[in-house]
Amino acid sequence: MSAEIIGTYATAAFLLIGAFFVAVGVIGLLKFKDPMTRLHAPTKVGTVGIGMLLLASMTHSFMLAETSVHELLIMGFLFVTAPISANFIAKVNIHKGVCETPPKPSQDDTWSTLKSPDEDPEPGSA
Amino acid sequence: MMRTVFYWFLPHPYLTLLLAVVWILLQNEFSAGMAVFGVILGIIIPWSTSVWWPDRPKGFRLGKMLSYSLVVVWDIVIANVEVAWIVLTVPNAKLKPAWIVVPLDLLEPEAITMLAGTITLTPGTVSADLSDEGHNLLVHVLHTDDPDAVRDEIKTRYERRLKEIFS
Repeated sequence: MSAEIIGTYATAAFLLIGAFFVAVGVIGLLKFKDPMTRLHAPTKVGTVGIGMLLLASMTHSFMLAETSVHELLIMGFLFVTAPISANFIAKVNIHKGVCETPPKPSQDDTWSTLKSPDEDPEPGSA
Repeated sequence: MMRTVFYWFLPHPYLTLLLAVVWILLQNEFSAGMAVFGVILGIIIPWSTSVWWPDRPKGFRLGKMLSYSLVVVWDIVIANVEVAWIVLTVPNAKLKPAWIVVPLDLLEPEAITMLAGTITLTPGTVSADLSDEGHNLLVHVLHTDDPDAVRDEIKTRYERRLKEIFS
């Protein structure tokens, strides 16, 4: 009986924490004015926000004795894919020049997004 | 000789392990039959796709990888609280975003990918771009007073550990 009550409270707490972080992510998305800073809010706050919601789902399933571990996989895929989409959005921002121009790299010539392909070689010159 | 046979049979041993674990997790309940089937899938899939994926990282230490994951998960939790605090309390006018150029010591593409992913998942930083020859990483920071300190922390906290994993 008491285990059930603890489980219920734990699930509720995880749900609330998760909802709080997701809400903060949305506030950040609305509040920041620059495309690059706006990118920060959803990518990071989203991971713990959604992670907590999934943890709530797992605790609930353990409480009902219908153990579910799919949430671990969802979390794993989320952690692998979130940086990639963030990287794509950042690359588009740099390419379109909507953000501050990044400084030059210290060891190489330029950033790969800003590198323009070489001119077509003249026929016969190559 | 043994090594050659081993790598012919299992071109990517850790991928085999990962596929088997994912398959078992997908089943949602553990049974010996499904575990065996997971291992069979873990052998067939890397073997049949090895033509398109000829290189494997030279060294990979699983134990160090696990401790690195724990460090990263802890940092993610801390980072989320920090970023939430910045989002809720710092007004737009006082926000100090900055670009940081991180010189890379890592050479393996797998290691650089993991470093970039880690940076994106942790304290108010997003990895934005790689230089054309792959020796620098461009990182955007949400709010910092000292960009050099952030760069040094990335190098000492994550890159040093990744160098130990891939060595």
